[in-house]
Amino acid sequence: MTNLKPANTTPVAAAPARSGWRSLLPTMTPWLAIGLILVAGISLFGLLGPLLVGDPRQIRDQGLTPPSADFWLGTTQTGQDVLAQLAFATRGSLQIGLLVGVLATVLSAFFGIYGAYRGKFLDDAFSLFTNVFLVIPGLPLVIVISGFVPRESRGLWTIAVVLAVTGWAASARVLHAQTLSVRQRDYVAASQVSGEKPWRVIVVEILPNLLPVIASQFVFAVIAAILGEAGLSYIGLGASNSATLGTMLFYAQNGFALSLGAWWWFVPPGLMIALFGTGLSLVNFSIDEVINPKLKNLRQHRRRARRALRLERDLARTAAKETDR
Amino acid sequence: MTSVHVADLVKDYTIRNGLKRTRLRAVDHVSLDLKPGRTVALVGESGSGKSTIAKILTRMETPTSGTVEVVRDDGTTVEKGAYRREVQMVFQDPFASLNPFHSIEHHIARPLRIHNRTAAGEETRERVLEMLERVNLTPAANIAPRRPHELSGGQRQRVAIARALAPGAKVLIADEPVSMLDVSIRLGVLNLLGRLQREDDLAVLYITHDLATARHFSDEITVLYRGRVVERGPADAVILDPHHEYTKLLAAAAPDPERLGRVTADDSAFNDTVERDAIDNGRCYDHFAGEWREAGVPAAAR
Repeated sequence: MTNLKPANTTPVAAAPARSGWRSLLPTMTPWLAIGLILVAGISLFGLLGPLLVGDPRQIRDQGLTPPSADFWLGTTQTGQDVLAQLAFATRGSLQIGLLVGVLATVLSAFFGIYGAYRGKFLDDAFSLFTNVFLVIPGLPLVIVISGFVPRESRGLWTIAVVLAVTGWAASARVLHAQTLSVRQRDYVAASQVSGEKPWRVIVVEILPNLLPVIASQFVFAVIAAILGEAGLSYIGLGASNSATLGTMLFYAQNGFALSLGAWWWFVPPGLMIALFGTGLSLVNFSIDEVINPKLKNLRQHRRRARRALRLERDLARTAAKETDR
Repeated sequence: MTSVHVADLVKDYTIRNGLKRTRLRAVDHVSLDLKPGRTVALVGESGSGKSTIAKILTRMETPTSGTVEVVRDDGTTVEKGAYRREVQMVFQDPFASLNPFHSIEHHIARPLRIHNRTAAGEETRERVLEMLERVNLTPAANIAPRRPHELSGGQRQRVAIARALAPGAKVLIADEPVSMLDVSIRLGVLNLLGRLQREDDLAVLYITHDLATARHFSDEITVLYRGRVVERGPADAVILDPHHEYTKLLAAAAPDPERLGRVTADDSAFNDTVERDAIDNGRCYDHFAGEWREAGVPAAAR
């Protein structure tokens, strides 16, 4: 009955293992390169900077000195080294951003993907829950929650959880829509027919096709978290036990840095936030191209058009030279 | 060997339109039998309930009423976990039925592993290559690590067939397996299915709207109209001597250079009292019995 081919005894040359991962990597463009350099540079600064600088809390008698050889970014009103503060603050902000990014992504993936996959009542319930969180005005709620928690117990984790809880709903909706589309496809049905367990269908068959979307939502969540935390700290509702870029701005504001013209005190943290946000956004644009190949075609189309225009101009110039002669 | 007995199958879908709920009967008292080594073609236009029957047979949908019984030769009924091993399906669109993220090897290795046909590692890999060679995908070692987008439609459909057979399936539901393929490679895929069927003594349900391939590929034809069986019998008898007006229309719908104009099926075509009566009362013409009979009861013994 089983008419199998004669066993192939010669070992087959191992073909290069190609997986789907490569197709998920965005194409390298100048914008992506700039974004990656910004993100990597600031991350390195946050990671290694605190090891190289002195104590950011040390008070000296030389207050509000502009940048010099001793203090590259000057000192604060109480003589603290701004560079040292910046290094520690960057680390604090990155911690918050990463923590919130992971928490919000996990929450949105659970409510978005699992709900859409199961469908029916669970999906309706999860959707309702997501919608409720979607219409809750984020920042006011964050302010209320942060204000409600007593200052001494308001740690890094409290702020991270508060920001994640108010920030996951939009990503959940995006993932929900994508999952609805993916789970209708035949290959999902085929894996169910061949007897895959539901969790394997979700994790192995559906999830990889959502990875670019998840990555983009994650990057977005990190940006939102860093900005949100900076805003909270600036109005004095941030984590009590950690230094972040927001707390730096808060103290700069309290120390009348602006009216005293101490630009070296408030520009570095502000610039740091802006640059990190820019870098992540540039990375995000490149991930968008993976999700929506039309964007990539558009870019290639523009480049081809530019090249054609240049060629045309060159031809016209040579033609003009010919006639001159 | 495994046979399938479908008896009096009904599937209703509820359509919600605001507060109004209407019921759509997709499959209406259908009975059919699948036997080892034989192919039954299920023919009908879009929306006649062909794919719904396929979904019920593969347990992606539950029937509203009626029974599907899968019985082995020794008289035991196939249940739960074993069902997925015995009854497999080849999907219509080979471009959609393979996961673009995974390699060809993954698609065939998973069913092998799920049903414990092979031990993990080298044994599975060898078996995957064996399966690929069985469906004429050579060199198998070259095909296995590729991803679906690197293969042509015909090659993909062969992979889908290999995946369906990997668990050791004895019943194969082929839902329009060649309708998305290029005309030039349809015959190749159908002949492959025919060969595998002979080798493994498979019971095949071949779903199609194409009478020509149905006659070429199957032993029996069951004609479906609006979820009801209107005619059934040996392939040649149904095609050459159609009794029901709808079967005649289907046969006439095949492009014929001699005739111009479009042929479409609707109720008004069935003015003959016998057919009218058949549509209203759920009767079908049974070539095995040589008479009009209740569509719900299984086909006459043959």
